[in-house]
Amino acid sequence: MSQIAKTPDGVVEVHRYRTAERLNHWVVAVSFVLLVLSGLAIYHPAFFFLGGLFGGGQNVRAIHPWFGVVLCVSFLGMFFRFWKANLINRNDLVWMSSPAAVLSDHEETLPEIGKYNGGQKGIFWSMTILLIALLCTGLIIWDQYFAAYTTIDAKRVAVLGHSFAGIAIICVWIIHVYAAIWVRGTMQAMTKGTVTGGWAWKHHRRWLRDLAGGKPSA
Amino acid sequence: MALTSADLIRRSASSVPAPTNKLTGVAKLIDTSKCIGCKACQSACLEWNDLREEVGVNVGAYQNPHDLTANSWTLMRFSEWENPQSGNLEWLIRKDGCMHCADPGCLKACPAPGAIVQYSNGIVDFNHDACIGCGYCIKGCPFNIPRISRVDNKAYKCTLCSDRVSAGQGPACAKACPTQAIVFGTKDDMKKHADKRIADLKSRGFDKAGLYDPQGVGGTHVMYVLHHADQPQLYAGLASNPKISAIVEWWKGLGKYAGLAAMGLAVASGFIHHLVVGANRASRQDEDNARKLTEDRN
Repeated sequence: MSQIAKTPDGVVEVHRYRTAERLNHWVVAVSFVLLVLSGLAIYHPAFFFLGGLFGGGQNVRAIHPWFGVVLCVSFLGMFFRFWKANLINRNDLVWMSSPAAVLSDHEETLPEIGKYNGGQKGIFWSMTILLIALLCTGLIIWDQYFAAYTTIDAKRVAVLGHSFAGIAIICVWIIHVYAAIWVRGTMQAMTKGTVTGGWAWKHHRRWLRDLAGGKPSA
Repeated sequence: MALTSADLIRRSASSVPAPTNKLTGVAKLIDTSKCIGCKACQSACLEWNDLREEVGVNVGAYQNPHDLTANSWTLMRFSEWENPQSGNLEWLIRKDGCMHCADPGCLKACPAPGAIVQYSNGIVDFNHDACIGCGYCIKGCPFNIPRISRVDNKAYKCTLCSDRVSAGQGPACAKACPTQAIVFGTKDDMKKHADKRIADLKSRGFDKAGLYDPQGVGGTHVMYVLHHADQPQLYAGLASNPKISAIVEWWKGLGKYAGLAAMGLAVASGFIHHLVVGANRASRQDEDNARKLTEDRN
């Protein structure tokens, strides 16, 4: 099945994400937002009121790790779907080392990009690494079930690491969401599953060429 | 007069106004040289606080239960030590429990507003209505004291019988102690009392006898007279220089504000970037190019 279609009024539509991929993404997204809300509630007193969304502090303490389990399992699905397309190549390094051109909307001066650019790949791998860190430190401080398996010293290191990794992943997520807002036409890839031909030409020309040439997309 | 919110000097994850009238600092003094290990203090603690400990297992040691629990807020810890100078076998007994630090690590680590409070008389108390059971107090405590109940997922520890103290009584353990190894009063009086006991111990050959009131946590409102004050670790691993862990200080100090700043900065950068650069849109030309590319194929 071709991934490129044309609407009756002549606009090129490029298929970017299958339904299962989008569903997977949104399970990750929803559990991430729930994790941020419940995690911030116990991170800083200024956010403690957010615990009210979950029915109070006791509920936050009990449910936050379970949101984490949902996130890790669903992210694992995303990881296996997309890791190959996120392997970093030489063009990505050029892209990553040209923040001025990228941020000033002058991508035309940079090499043609495949399905993902250096920034997207950076998001993918930082999310992956930070999630591994959050999972490991999170298990150490999941006292309800695992208190007996580690020392208090280990738990202190873990709780500090967990909060730093949490802050870091929230910052990565802010960049991810901002990029999707700034680059118009991106969001529909995760809602409808398609992008316009112009969007693909502008941001992922190598990918569009490959699709037009009949190569299967990664 | 009952202890009220007007007597608070610290409140977890929140701030309190300075109290207009400060209560006199109180302290419990535990004289390890007078303790006979009868565990009357443990029983009195269970009795007064209406707690019951599970029937335990005998593993051939006198210590029972084996550790502090959510129900056992105090515990006699028994250590056998062969004194290399005298060649004597010494049975060192230390009544373990919350030390009521002047600088409480539990309170510093607690994320739930008002779940841990410190009164101006020095008592550090847990408010179970506000406790969320996260176990951060355990990570903050330099003495490994708080325990989370498996029944209601809340943290428990010695209250220094704040309810009795506010009614002018001493703690239940001090009341029950048959040898007056546990005494209670103002902190100043307890220090004076300790001085006498230490002078007495020194006259009996314990020349390293001394008071345990560790300054690393700002002093404590539970103090020990130790016959070997130079080696507190002999007493079932009592910390020789307890302090709030540097990791906890980082986590609850700079770390908390640096994190807020980082997240705020990320959001602000997004707004500013969008204001300056404007939306990134594909142009009509991009659409045309895409059409041409895909048509060439057909």
